[in-house]
Amino acid sequence: MKFLVPLKRVFDPDTKIRLRVDGSGLETDGVKYSINPFDAIALEEALRVRDQHGTAEIVVVSIGASDCQEQLRAGLAMGADRALLIRHEAEIDSLAVAKILAAVFRREQPQVVLMGKQAIDDDSNQTGQMLAGLLGIGQATFISKLTLPVDSVWATCSRETDSGLESVKVSLPAVITADLRLNEPRYVTALGIMKAKKKPLEELTPAELGVDATSRTRTHKLALASKRSAGIRVHSVDELLQKLRDETLI
Amino acid sequence: MPLNPPHLLVIAEHEQGQLKSATLAAVSCAQLICKASGGRFDILVLGHEIGSVAEALRKYGASQVLLADSAELQNPLADKSGDLISKQAQQSAATMVLAASSTFSKDILPRAAALLDAGMLTDVLAVAPEGDDYTFQRALYAGNVIATVTLDGPVKVFTVRASAFKAPLLNDQESPIAAVDVNAASLPDQIHFLSRDEKPSGRPDATEARIVVSGGRAMKNSEDFERLVGGLADVLGAAVGSSRALVDAGITPNALQIGQTGKVVAPDLYIGLGISGAIQHLAGMKDSKRIVAVNLDSEAPIFDVADYGLVGDVYQIVPELIEKLK
Repeated sequence: MKFLVPLKRVFDPDTKIRLRVDGSGLETDGVKYSINPFDAIALEEALRVRDQHGTAEIVVVSIGASDCQEQLRAGLAMGADRALLIRHEAEIDSLAVAKILAAVFRREQPQVVLMGKQAIDDDSNQTGQMLAGLLGIGQATFISKLTLPVDSVWATCSRETDSGLESVKVSLPAVITADLRLNEPRYVTALGIMKAKKKPLEELTPAELGVDATSRTRTHKLALASKRSAGIRVHSVDELLQKLRDETLI
Repeated sequence: MPLNPPHLLVIAEHEQGQLKSATLAAVSCAQLICKASGGRFDILVLGHEIGSVAEALRKYGASQVLLADSAELQNPLADKSGDLISKQAQQSAATMVLAASSTFSKDILPRAAALLDAGMLTDVLAVAPEGDDYTFQRALYAGNVIATVTLDGPVKVFTVRASAFKAPLLNDQESPIAAVDVNAASLPDQIHFLSRDEKPSGRPDATEARIVVSGGRAMKNSEDFERLVGGLADVLGAAVGSSRALVDAGITPNALQIGQTGKVVAPDLYIGLGISGAIQHLAGMKDSKRIVAVNLDSEAPIFDVADYGLVGDVYQIVPELIEKLK
């Protein structure tokens, strides 16, 4: 079985978000980057299926500037077999990413695209669904459990929905997006990093894939969200209840 | 420059034969856009035996309530719904397709957007006409950054954050209901529904309730969570929520999680019990009208956003609260 796992380079989740003083965007000086945590979960799941099946090929792909190599190497160090970097420097939205991934899909012909349900930078939660739509294949989003027997033409997935768990069966090939509870990704080992250096990392451009990567979304302004200020401390249950009753909240 | 009057298609969401009230936020957003630029909107309901849902949507001034009723649509599967929504949008020449943010709309709308070759925005907080286009505001980076964005192209698809829009206006005249032809045989058939967990309690959904009581790491096990968080919620008629820590620990189910990757809520009153207030959790509740925090650690970050903070042990304070509210 072959897996395609897109990895997005994002600010490390613990980054304190700051704006540049000239208002031109987010401050990137001194910022650490990592694989989007949901994408790391997706990759971990592909690695686990490969362990169960005994064999599988796992291709990781990233879209962006050359520094995305860092996240691709990290993916290879976790255990992926090879990497693709689609070089694209401009702002790119989910639809353009999905179009690029659709072209990569046609080139690689995987049975499963396993990816994070959302990126923790733009919090869009769109790309996997768009990719499945463009390809006309099935999708299972926000999954917390994957059952994928060897040679199966179906994947069975538990999906995390607002009202609870839903179980679906999706025909392969399919796009499957990972939620938090799917697994806990492994740490990269020194041996993994050594091995990753020898694994192939190929670079392509959207043009070479025949894709117009123009973004339909245009960002005009970024501002820090207004901060809520701290209120008052109350010192007893009675005082708290009185305050809430005064405001007719209860 | 006058705007070309837009034509909007609002996608309704329902559960167990009931309209989800969050849908009304999308209706309200559609009303605002139409008021600003003279357009009109339709509401599309997909499902099976959902006449009462369509009926409930007739009083908001939609040009029509479109009802796609088929046994094939019994469960909302992305392949079939995405296909029907994109075809309906094309047929109605819709320029905007929108729904309230939820796992339902996040599953289906991006797929429909791709089929329409349309850009999409998730969790829109505000829409404003500007020149001959519209600007949208949405939150990035766990709610820390607000972006002002535009969407190029003839069709714009978006979900709206329910808490950012007030209730829609009522219209004197009822909208007509029109049936949408569903050709079951031509629908895609890649996703099969197997089962769904029953809802765990009779409590309201946290995204729809006026009061949300939420528990965090201080809860030692699911019995304590139920007794303290559930108990307080029940005397207040409130919904329950949970921090990620409790979900990770297996104490609460995922569907209760409030935060960047879970539900985003903005009730009139949010009561956080033993929640420290990690940034990812704050992203899911910081727009609540009033926030109460009870925590043993007086330095917990949740106190930085709480209107009323009470330092103390939830195991002592919550039973007292429940007793005095009975």
